[in-house]
Amino acid sequence: MNLFKRVLKNGWKNFSGSFGLSFATVFVMILVISTITILYFLNPISDMLVKDVEEKVDVSVYFKEETDPEDILEVKSEIVKIPEVEEVNYISKEEAFESFMDRHKEDHILIDSLAEVGYNPFLASLSVKAKEASRYEQVAVFLETGPFKELVDKIDYHQRKPVIEKVFAFTKGVKNIAFFFSMVFGIIALIIAFNTVKIAIQSSKEEISIMRLVGASNWFVRGPFIIQGLIAGSIAALITFVLTFVASHFLDSNISSIIPSVSLLGIFSSNLLALLLIQLLSGAILGTASSLIAVRKYLKI
Amino acid sequence: MISVKDLTKIYPSKSSVPAVALNEVSFDIKEKEFVSIVGKSGAGKTTLLKLILAEEEPTKGQIFFQGQDIGQIKRSKLPFLRQKLGVVFQDYKLFPSKTAYENVSYVMEVMGASGEEIERDVPKVLDLVGLSDKAFNLPSELSGGERQRVAIARAFVHRPDVILADEPTGNLDPYNTFDIIQLLIKIYEMGTTVVLATHDKEVINSLGKRVITLDQGRVVRDDKKGRFVL
Repeated sequence: MNLFKRVLKNGWKNFSGSFGLSFATVFVMILVISTITILYFLNPISDMLVKDVEEKVDVSVYFKEETDPEDILEVKSEIVKIPEVEEVNYISKEEAFESFMDRHKEDHILIDSLAEVGYNPFLASLSVKAKEASRYEQVAVFLETGPFKELVDKIDYHQRKPVIEKVFAFTKGVKNIAFFFSMVFGIIALIIAFNTVKIAIQSSKEEISIMRLVGASNWFVRGPFIIQGLIAGSIAALITFVLTFVASHFLDSNISSIIPSVSLLGIFSSNLLALLLIQLLSGAILGTASSLIAVRKYLKI
Repeated sequence: MISVKDLTKIYPSKSSVPAVALNEVSFDIKEKEFVSIVGKSGAGKTTLLKLILAEEEPTKGQIFFQGQDIGQIKRSKLPFLRQKLGVVFQDYKLFPSKTAYENVSYVMEVMGASGEEIERDVPKVLDLVGLSDKAFNLPSELSGGERQRVAIARAFVHRPDVILADEPTGNLDPYNTFDIIQLLIKIYEMGTTVVLATHDKEVINSLGKRVITLDQGRVVRDDKKGRFVL
């Protein structure tokens, strides 16, 4: 117990005794934890961006003029059963007509010419949304070759196929790039943090060898450095947490004006505990692991 | 207490001739003995003390401390050996960021002593070495002689079985040298075994105690009441 108390006390002394080095360590750790935090935020932001784009993609199936709405609803219930199909919406002839009129109410020539036709030329349709581009192909094949093929007039999949595939390839690319940068920045951050701690401990190289020679066990030598790292990591985490809040607060409206579906404050408040935990854990792990590895080198006496 | 058997230490060297620091050295040191190891620079005195402290490993031979072969002690168990020894170095090896008091108390902390024990023993030992008034000075604020006295206080505070002193007066003037040797004699008289490595002729001749003389890594003399003869 005495030993444990001493290790804690000496760790605090190490930290408070070398203000300049501790300040530098905390500062670098704030940078590292901020990088981790940005990567943490980037994930929901890129998800939302991708979702935004993907939501704009769908495939419509048009049914022949004389098809009974009951039959269409039956087709709908079959399509829903296909895995990875997210949403199927039924648009009746009337709804299609109304939405067209609504969309083009400014365009009098178009409205007039539609009135000339004298009847509703629009077809009832199902609008299908899937999670993956490949699923659209499956829906198209199912409708063109399955039991309902007589009912189907047209599927706009084939003409939209290149666009759909491009969109999905793009969103996949965005996710991959985000992942790649997360890894690269994460590793760079780790190396910087580790080297800062290493330099801090290097200045104690001589002291570590004296400690060993006067009979200190490895844990008695290591302990204070680990505590020192832990303190630096935790302080850095708490400062970063406050900085994250301040940054989310001030950048919220800026980001929302560019990407309306993204709210930084929203992400911050809905992930409050997880974020604090991640920041504290990153700080603690960074501090202790770097100290452990850096001290190890000098304990061979 | 300490038994050295056929101890050889050879350092790898860039030249074709390897550096032989110790060559089949054997002797015994009894409990409560004051032994001086003398010899010119490079005779192997420091190497011998480093091997006893297990700071280095012998090339051949063994050292027994209280019947235990030091070479067989695992690295993780070395602290227990070192806690039974007190070491004084020529360059003091004090913790530069700790005060005299903290330098001395650190050894007791290492051994798990309680706060009360530390508060009781450290001032006593600092008083013994005559540094009560400098207890809260950093090593950089002390003279060479004072630093060495702190080092002796640190080596002695936990009442080790043996004190190993490696050229403790090497960096000191004659006045401080006399003081330090008087301190070592006092500690010896309190019942501690003292092993003193030195090349200081005056010191050896004034002691009138056992002298082991090393020359080129070999024991050339071992006299009960020796003088400095080389």
